[in-house]
Amino acid sequence: MDHALAPPDQQWHPVSGQLYRVRRFLAVAVVLPAAAAGGVLAGIFVAPWLGAVIAGTLAVALAWTLVALRRNQRSWRYAERDDDLLIAHGVLFRRLVVVPYGRMQFVDVTAGPVERHFGIATITLHTASATTDAVVRGLPPEEAARLRDRLAEKGEARSAGL
Amino acid sequence: MATEEGPADGGSRLARRLHPLTPVARGWKAMAVVLAIWGQHAARSPETRIGLAIAGAVFVAALLWGWLSWVFTVYRIEADDLRIDSGVLFRRTRHVHLGRLQAVDVVRPFIARLLGLAELKLQVAGGESAEGSLAYLRETDAQALRAELLARAAGVRPDAGEAPEQPLVVVPMPVLIGSVLLSVGTWVFLLPSALLVGMAVGTGNEPLLLGFVPLFIAAWQFSVGRVLRYFDFTLSESPDGLRLAHGLIEHRHQTVPPGRVQAVRIVQPLLWRAKGWVRVEVNIAGYGKHDDHENHESTLLPVAPLPVALGVLSRILPGVDVQAVPLSPVPRRARLHSPVRWRAMACGADDRVFVARRGILHRETDVIPHAKVQSVRRTQGPFERLLGLATVHLDTTPGPVHVTAPLRDAAEASQLVHDQAERSRIGRRGEGPHRWSARLGGSPADVDR
Repeated sequence: MDHALAPPDQQWHPVSGQLYRVRRFLAVAVVLPAAAAGGVLAGIFVAPWLGAVIAGTLAVALAWTLVALRRNQRSWRYAERDDDLLIAHGVLFRRLVVVPYGRMQFVDVTAGPVERHFGIATITLHTASATTDAVVRGLPPEEAARLRDRLAEKGEARSAGL
Repeated sequence: MATEEGPADGGSRLARRLHPLTPVARGWKAMAVVLAIWGQHAARSPETRIGLAIAGAVFVAALLWGWLSWVFTVYRIEADDLRIDSGVLFRRTRHVHLGRLQAVDVVRPFIARLLGLAELKLQVAGGESAEGSLAYLRETDAQALRAELLARAAGVRPDAGEAPEQPLVVVPMPVLIGSVLLSVGTWVFLLPSALLVGMAVGTGNEPLLLGFVPLFIAAWQFSVGRVLRYFDFTLSESPDGLRLAHGLIEHRHQTVPPGRVQAVRIVQPLLWRAKGWVRVEVNIAGYGKHDDHENHESTLLPVAPLPVALGVLSRILPGVDVQAVPLSPVPRRARLHSPVRWRAMACGADDRVFVARRGILHRETDVIPHAKVQSVRRTQGPFERLLGLATVHLDTTPGPVHVTAPLRDAAEASQLVHDQAERSRIGRRGEGPHRWSARLGGSPADVDR
């Protein structure tokens, strides 16, 4: 996928496909019961055709969501350069963020229960700016730990005052 | 960094207390409420005694609590930290690291001023609640403590005393009033208020006005409130950085050490253009995290002629001439995205700063030194992608200034992100030391991060 990113000689790391599976799990867990309940209730109390329409619409929406989630997961990538970390993601709304190691104030590694079950973690880089928005989702735990240590080490070496 | 351990150091290790009148200055609002309730009850005779008893009990309890928290609040200077211990039930110790000092304010609200008290506020980089506040101190003590803290942060002897200051800009009263009268915001609230009052009085429906109290408050804030807030605005320069002093009812004195300004915005509202006036806002780490609307801490100059503002800017960012930075406009096809605004959008950079300009009627020019950029972002929505455009954001600390270069050519935006990352990397290397006395001939080895 063309991200029109600066030099293509960067080694871009993709994120784990588990990110897609986590989101698929969550989407299915929410939409399927809603589709079933909506379809059955509308079918019983209003008309069978309305129930079919509701269930069908939700099923199509779910299918489309799954495609979008897959494309979104594939769009996530990051690259470690000498002085900064690049993170790019997004299909419809594309963003690229460049965070200098020297500007990092702290690094968060988080994993919710579902993420943990699927074996991925999220790394958030915090700078003194509230708008930095530097998040890498869908990292395998060992890769997250490696990246965290590397960021900490690089940040230590290049730390700059405000 | 232990070079400034002077003989005065031992004395300042002593724990010090706030002024004993602190509970009164802090709790006067609560007291006023209690007194008001008391007064109402006194007017209704049958319940007077009970009401009196309850009000009195609340009053005494509040006073006792205030006194207790005063007893438990202690501050002292420990080498490079200001340490504040507070809390009656839950003890809290806060270390304000002076090496990370971003700004020092001495604030004197109305009641505190009557009592001769002042609050000392320390803005520190990092974290939501990193600031330290000492409320209240005697005015002279607050000033002496400020001088001592700044001296320690600068890396000179702590008993060096107050650095001399020389005024750069004084905003004259007629200009201030004129600037308020020439603001759209003033009339947006003032005219409907006047109309409402006129109609209500004319038809004898005065009680209806109660429903519009928020409108009247806004009208007051935007007109008289602004004059009172920026009354006698003086911007001075000292070795400890810029000093801002202003305010008629609540007086505020801010000190921003050298190199602490993260980004600058020059604003020219439509109606000020004929006069050639501009407003200057700045991002300073620590300020601006509370709320975004009318953040008067972040106003460097409420109103000044453009040449004066540029002169001040050349003091904040030495060697930078904002008007000499070459700006390039956005591609013509950007008009499909923003049919009107695209004409004013432009950005450019020299070897020190990045400049972005926008706004047809309300003109804004953002300036950010390369060394202060926190991160660089490139965003592209679906419509922008269709047109082959992208937006570049240069992130800075929270505050009124958000530096963006909207609707650049997509390839140019990618190049811009790359170049800016490089410029910022070089800029960070050239940054001066955090102890600003070391910038004036001190050893560069004494760099504190």
